[in-house]
Order: sequence, then structure tokens, then C-alpha cells
Amino acid sequence: MSLKVSIPTPLRRYTDGHGVIEVSGGSVASALESLLQKYPVLKKQLYTDDGRLRSFVNVYLNDEDIRYLQKADTAVKAGDTISIVPSIAGGNLVVG
Amino acid sequence: MHATAPIKAAAHGTKPLARVGNTPLLRFESLTREWLQIEILGKAEWANPGGSVKDRAAFNIIETAWQSGALRPGKRLLDATSGNTGIAYAMIGAARAIPITLCVPANVSMERKRILAAYGAEVIWTDPLEGSDGAIRKARELYQADPEKYFYADQYSNDANWLAHYHGTAAEIWSQTEGAVTHFVAGLGTSGTFMGTARRLKELNPAIRVISFQPDSAFHGLEGLKHMPSALVPKIYDPSLADSELEIGTEAAYEMVKRVARTEGVLLGISSGAALAASLMVAQQANASQAESATIVTVLPDSADKYLSESFWSE
Repeated sequence: MSLKVSIPTPLRRYTDGHGVIEVSGGSVASALESLLQKYPVLKKQLYTDDGRLRSFVNVYLNDEDIRYLQKADTAVKAGDTISIVPSIAGGNLVVG
Repeated sequence: MHATAPIKAAAHGTKPLARVGNTPLLRFESLTREWLQIEILGKAEWANPGGSVKDRAAFNIIETAWQSGALRPGKRLLDATSGNTGIAYAMIGAARAIPITLCVPANVSMERKRILAAYGAEVIWTDPLEGSDGAIRKARELYQADPEKYFYADQYSNDANWLAHYHGTAAEIWSQTEGAVTHFVAGLGTSGTFMGTARRLKELNPAIRVISFQPDSAFHGLEGLKHMPSALVPKIYDPSLADSELEIGTEAAYEMVKRVARTEGVLLGISSGAALAASLMVAQQANASQAESATIVTVLPDSADKYLSESFWSE
């Protein structure tokens, strides 16, 4: 199934300038894996050497931080949007 | 506004805004224990009333604009900020009854949002995917749409930013080290801290080495710092000033923050961790070159207060 990943400006140099990438997958983990297959250079930007998402990288599924869902195992469906947002001091996408 | 208010006969204590600047210079002995001739010192900028180094630039920007008349009753101060400058403007604005409008990326922490709200500033949230450059574009747009309404402070282009450090930070470092400073290290955000302090220190002693550092990648978690090759470059930035440049990784900054918490009992913010990591690299270079002695001074922009909910502490 097809869904979108929004890429923040500083990472677009690794996605040929694209801000939105179509990916496939049934979970956040598989969707991100699909993204890395298209753009392998993103791996070093998003993950530590031992394979953890870097601390300042926040991943949102339709405006919800996946930390508060089922993390990488969170299920996704067609039409969903995953956003990768670098934290600015513990960033939070929901405007409070 | 309060022209008829009676003047108080007694005036003990300190006015809050008088606490901007004159921050302590901390010595981090655990970092240089093996090198007897090298010391690393950091300006504890969280001692400023708004909790960060940005109080210096914000205070001088407001003061300079007020004196020139660019900022006057009826105008709102407008600027783009991802955090500490906004807090500084909001604090000073509250104390001096100056209305403040800030363009801020929506992904700043909840603590920051609450601090800005507590001081009563107006905040316009910008696209988190575009980061601080998106906030800058929004501020320019607002100003161009209604230039009469706003004084656009533009910390990235405003000379009062670096001049705050030229007259303040540099003089303090010179006096606190009794002129013994040999190296000055600072991170680049607006570049104001580095430009102002390094310029003045070089005038006081041309032999002082000035070293700037920036994030090692466009995609980073070093709050307040800019990766110059991929960002909107501040007008006040002159890359020819630095004797050398360093790149610091986000994870190296986290490691230093945790190390200093456990070995020095000081809770640093992330860019402060980066500043000490850069200073340690300079110390290693100085040691390798068998320099007689080195007094390395850096600026620690803020403390851990606003970063305690970050996940790196437990990783």
C-alpha cells in the first residue's frame, strides 16, 4: 500500500530535492525501510551506527509522535503521512 | 507612561534586566586533568535572567533600536527565533512594556512554548519541516506586508547582536582571565557571539586563536546552531575571521553533556555540550603541538533546563 513520507528541508539534499516521497509498507518500520531502499544515504542521517533512530529525530504519523503510539511497530494505512522532524529541543509537532 | 509615578526613596536589590551579562567563568578541570598546562573555561550564560546567552543580543538590539527611534511606542518588535532569542525578547518586552511578535518553528519544545506564553509574547508558528529558515521567511513576509506596524529586529543581520559580545562578552573574558586567554571557541548560529567576541579579543591580543564550530551535517540536533553550507547565511557572519573551524556531531555533544553532568555536577544544554566538545578538541591540538600553555575559553549558551525531557539522557 502506498503512503507518503514528508522530508524536512535539511534532508532534501539526500532525496534529490523531493519533500514528499511515496513509500510502501504496513508499519512505520517497513515504510521507513522502503524510504531507505530508495535513498540509502538517508540511513546515516536518521540512525546511529547501532541502528537506533537518532535522539533528535522525531517521527510522526499524521501529526502523532510514534513514541506515543506503538513506535516503529505502529500500523500504517494507504493515504497516511509519515513526517520526519528534527527536534528543536524536544520538538513537538502539535502546536499548543 | 508612568511619568507621574512617585520615585521610590528606597532602591535595594537589583532590577532584573540589570542582570544581563557579567556571567561566571567556570573552570572544567576534569576535562584537562592529564594536561597540566591547559585549562578549559566556559561562560555560564544561563546566569542571564532569561536563562541564555541570547539575553545579551536581545537586550542590545532593543536598547539600540529604542535609542535610535526605530523601536518606539506603537511599534511591535518582530523577529524569527527557534528558542532562546524569543525567550529573551519576550522577557525584556514584558519588563519594558514592549509588545513582541515572534515567528517560531512549531516543533519547539512544550517548555519553550509555555515560557513564551508566560511572558505574554505573540507567537506565529511556522512549518516545522522548514526549521528556523522557515521562521525567517515568515518574519520577512510579515514585515514586508506591514512595515509600519513592526520593528523587524532581524538578529541575523543586526549589528547590535555582535556588538553586544564585542563590548560585553569579550571584555568579561579578558578581565576574568586577566588577559591570559589564548584560544576562543564558539558555535555559529546567528554568529553574533563568535563575531563580536572574537573581533574584540583579536584587538586586545592578536595572538589569540579564534575557532568557530558548526554542526557536522545539515540534519542535526544542536539547538541554536546552524550548518552554514546548507542554511540561510547570516549577514553579520564573516567566515574570514576564524583562524580555524571545527565540526561537531550531535552525538558528541550529548556525550559531553552527560559526561559533564556526572564529572563536574553541571547540567549543560546541548549546544553548551558541543562548545565543550569543540574546546576539548582544541585542547588536544594544543597538547599535541606542545604549546607552552593554553587557556581555552568558550561560551556555554544555556543549561539543561529546557532539554531534560530529551531522550538522549537515558540512552
